[in-house]
Amino acid sequence: MTVEWLILIPLIGGVLAWIGGRRSSLLPRLISVASLGAGLAMTASLWNASPPVAGRTAGQAWIAEFNTSWIPQLGIGFHLGLDGLSLLLVLLTFFLGIVGVLCSWNEIKERTGFFHLNLMLVLTGIVGVFLSLDLFLFYFFWELMLVPMYFLISIWGHEKRAYASVKFFIFTQLSGILMLLGILGLYFIHGRSTGIYTFDYTQLLGTRLTPGQSLWLMLGFAAAFAVKLPAVPFHSWLPDAHSEAPTAGSLILAGLLLKTGAYGFIRFLVPLFPDAVESVRLIGMVLSAAGILYGAALAFSQEDLKRLIAYTSISHMGFVMLGIFAWNELSLQGAVIQMVCHGFSTGALFVLAGILQARLHTREMSAMGGLWAVTPRMAGMGLFFGLASLGLPGLGNFIGEFLVLLGSYRVSGLVTAAAATGLIASALYSLRLMQRVFHGPKRDDLTMADIAVRETTILAVMAAVIVVIGLYPGPVLETSKPAVEGLIQKGNPSLTPPGRGPGAVKPGGESSGEMLR
Amino acid sequence: MTDLLWLIPFMPIAGFTVLVLAGSRLPRSVTGTIGTGTVGLSAVVSMLLAAGFGVKGDGYVVTQTLWQWLSVGDFSPRFSLYLDALSLVMVLVITCVGFLIHLYSIGFMKNEEGYSRFFAYMNLFVGSMLVLVLADNLVSLYLGWEGVGLCSYLLIGFWYRDSANGYAARKAFVITRVGDTALAVGLFLLFTNLGTLQIQELMQRAQAEWPAGSKIAVIAAALLLAGAIGKSAQLPLQTWLPDAMAGPTPVSALIHAATMVTAGVYLIARTHVLFTLAPPVQSAIAIIGAATLLLAGLSAFVQRDIKRVLAYSTISQIGYMFLALGVGAWSAALFHFMTHAFFKALLFLGAGAVILAMDHEHDIFKMGGLRSRMPVTFWTFLIGVASLSALPFVTSGFYSKDLILKLAWSSERGSVWLWAAGVAGAFITSLYAFRLLFVVFFGDRLTRAKSDPGISMTAPLVVLAALSVAAGLAALPEPASGRQAIQQFLSGVLPAAHIRDERTPELFLLLIASCASIGGMLAAWLLYVLFPRYAEGLVQTRAGRSVHRLLFTGWGFDRIYDRLFAGPFLWLTRINRDDFIDLVYEGAAWYSGVFHHLLGLTQTGKVRWYAFGIGLGAIITIGIAVFL
Repeated sequence: MTVEWLILIPLIGGVLAWIGGRRSSLLPRLISVASLGAGLAMTASLWNASPPVAGRTAGQAWIAEFNTSWIPQLGIGFHLGLDGLSLLLVLLTFFLGIVGVLCSWNEIKERTGFFHLNLMLVLTGIVGVFLSLDLFLFYFFWELMLVPMYFLISIWGHEKRAYASVKFFIFTQLSGILMLLGILGLYFIHGRSTGIYTFDYTQLLGTRLTPGQSLWLMLGFAAAFAVKLPAVPFHSWLPDAHSEAPTAGSLILAGLLLKTGAYGFIRFLVPLFPDAVESVRLIGMVLSAAGILYGAALAFSQEDLKRLIAYTSISHMGFVMLGIFAWNELSLQGAVIQMVCHGFSTGALFVLAGILQARLHTREMSAMGGLWAVTPRMAGMGLFFGLASLGLPGLGNFIGEFLVLLGSYRVSGLVTAAAATGLIASALYSLRLMQRVFHGPKRDDLTMADIAVRETTILAVMAAVIVVIGLYPGPVLETSKPAVEGLIQKGNPSLTPPGRGPGAVKPGGESSGEMLR
Repeated sequence: MTDLLWLIPFMPIAGFTVLVLAGSRLPRSVTGTIGTGTVGLSAVVSMLLAAGFGVKGDGYVVTQTLWQWLSVGDFSPRFSLYLDALSLVMVLVITCVGFLIHLYSIGFMKNEEGYSRFFAYMNLFVGSMLVLVLADNLVSLYLGWEGVGLCSYLLIGFWYRDSANGYAARKAFVITRVGDTALAVGLFLLFTNLGTLQIQELMQRAQAEWPAGSKIAVIAAALLLAGAIGKSAQLPLQTWLPDAMAGPTPVSALIHAATMVTAGVYLIARTHVLFTLAPPVQSAIAIIGAATLLLAGLSAFVQRDIKRVLAYSTISQIGYMFLALGVGAWSAALFHFMTHAFFKALLFLGAGAVILAMDHEHDIFKMGGLRSRMPVTFWTFLIGVASLSALPFVTSGFYSKDLILKLAWSSERGSVWLWAAGVAGAFITSLYAFRLLFVVFFGDRLTRAKSDPGISMTAPLVVLAALSVAAGLAALPEPASGRQAIQQFLSGVLPAAHIRDERTPELFLLLIASCASIGGMLAAWLLYVLFPRYAEGLVQTRAGRSVHRLLFTGWGFDRIYDRLFAGPFLWLTRINRDDFIDLVYEGAAWYSGVFHHLLGLTQTGKVRWYAFGIGLGAIITIGIAVFL
């Protein structure tokens, strides 16, 4: 049993679910949950069996690897690798996949077989992206995520689903083609200079590029990742896709698909083009801070609940991007934690929005209000995930944001201070959400059932994960530590500013003012 | 026994957890017992630990490490508790006053829905505050810091059905978060430059590496100060506190006396080394304190809502603490924190009893003559008012305020002006405090008022009244050093103020301060008991009306902030609701639509048009080839 099964399991499960969908609508759900559960268990066992951190140096961060040739004539290999970073994200994928199936248990009534096929194919693509170490394979999985996601939105979506799904498709497809150009450019430049034509990531690392080549290839990759992440100003597909998708679609978009963009930045962009990234680093950080604030400001003014949550994703992913461009251990570990916790907190908010929409048949917040009196359990959950979203200390998102900002302060104090005002903005939109949906006068026309056992369990587990990461993030941090350390070494050394080791007390004097940027 | 330290913050947090998970299924008596009992147990544990300190206190420290919170690179904060004389004073006040407020709440909230929710939030409030004061590093302190902010939000908006309460709650959270964000940036700066956030180590390194008055020390201190201003409701971030009245009265007592607003005072005292390295910032603290105590005191004087009077009073009294911190009188600030916690909790709980007796009436001019109907409330309220007014010799407030005024005069960083502001503030304090007492409890008797509440609510009043008097004992001079007992107790943590001139005319200062308090009381007596018409007439004049309006609205800060920040923000977000960046993409889509349509027009199906097109194209192509 090796790492390739992590991709095969959801693929096979999806096909079986499709076949099973002809018999009954229950079968696909069961098959999907079972196969995702198997994937989750397998990833967890890999985690458990991985050698302790002390035994792994930064150079050999791979917990599991799989390499076989696929199209040898073109230098394309089926090369997969799992390190701490991809392990955490694969765990997240299977977990949120299960949540996605569970939360659409009663929502999806038509063509359940095909729905689950698409759902599982998206997940397959996502897992593949997180594991690929061959650029061609990576591109293959990158595109694999796209088509079934398009179907999920355009078939099972809400009123404006056609518009949203086409917009989503065009944005990701166009930017994906730019990445393909970047991949091919790198392939030929590497081939010409060394004589070895290969798409293998480990071999392409350290390809000698002129600054001009490096910059343009980097921009090609960055286009795809910045659209997926999304970075302002390439974000405008997101609110439409998120709000029109069915609950499971929103959950997977926000919880997982956005992370593939961040993962691409971390795994491919910076290690492949360290110098080019260094030259645009400040622009990247400014764009991240702009994304944090711009997303939050847009979230604040929305009337559509799902649209509001969608815009908060832009804000939260801004922190991830800031952490990546700051590129030091603190900020990268913060970005990893932020990715995981954002998956849970925003995913849970989308689940709640889906529950509300199923019961009220609207996403307009003007039609809600005073729900605390009607559905106290749901309101309590809403409060919890709202607080996670505004970065309350003690919850996981705080760890992520705090580490990102702490790390990015080393690079630029001003940008960090600007990004930190996002903490005020997140309080504004989260509390507005609470007020509009759950607080305020009780309305007599609103009667609905509180969340049921299935829904409560899903949300409670997600809440528990956020609390545990908030109070004891050690296991998560240790898992990603070797991977992050290895990646940092691949970046440009000037990217990582030196921190101050404990005990390294400098003699007094004005010189200490130099760190004040 | 020192191993029990963790129980102090753990008990209320455990109470919170139980009440959140199972609260709605528990009977009210159990809910109240859990809520109150956990805080009571914390109080007992803190008293046990206090015994270890003896009377001297100096230098004695209890620490306990619970677990490693996180560890990334050189950043590895632990969950670790640190109890020294400073945090002990805080812990004792928080748990004891907190316990009394919880006890009182059992009676006060007995007819309210959301009973378990209330106690859960209250427990979390006390627990967060305990985490804040016991934290040994600034990240854990920040955890407690945001925790109290959250609880204030939850409790101010406790009666969530009224949207105005929700507004007040959000206002409190967002305005304090402005300060919190500055504090967070301060932490980033400190860690980046000094490599640690362990408070003790940080202070040592700052002292060793940063010369006094260096730019970086000033910026770091200013950022921490901004955090402190937000939480402690000082100028210019004070506007949230008067609106925080929207919560149930015990919540106000908790916010004003035991938790939340004193956090800023604690933070500055805890990191006082940093502030002594930044003299400009320390001067700013003193000036902010002096300005706040005057402005808020004057606003308190004209309020009609009983709780708003007390809210402005809190802002003003914290101003005194800031004044003390600004002149380097660290332990005087702590002393005033302690006495203020007792008498302000007393006043709020007394006000709660009055409000209950008046069926949730808040307007003091609709009250009157409650003296005979509610004797216990009256007498304890009188003690609270006297202590707030710093009436000489019998009240604890007198001793703590006197110490602040004396040091505002004589400290190296003090000045006559700061002292004068303090004395003027003392007069104003006494004026508004006795105005409140006279209007509510004297005058014509109203028949519709109910009588004193039950024992569970009056007992805390009596205990707090006793503490309001007895806390003055902490001012007894220590025979060995001649300093006051509280100063001596804290001397291991907080250094004494540097005295500019040893020949302070102490007796003269004492006399002036006493005259100010008594004068304020007499003025209130004249204006509100003997000649009530006169005060009314004064307000009726044109100048009187506009001054009254200015003071009544808290100097118009809310309006300024609405114009400057809230309004533009709302406007910008509203016009950009549909995201103008999306227009670019929409525009691209529109143009391709137009081109599609135009090109579609050329497909006419008429052969001569096609032939014409081919011919034209050929001519153009040949033309280009020939001429270029």
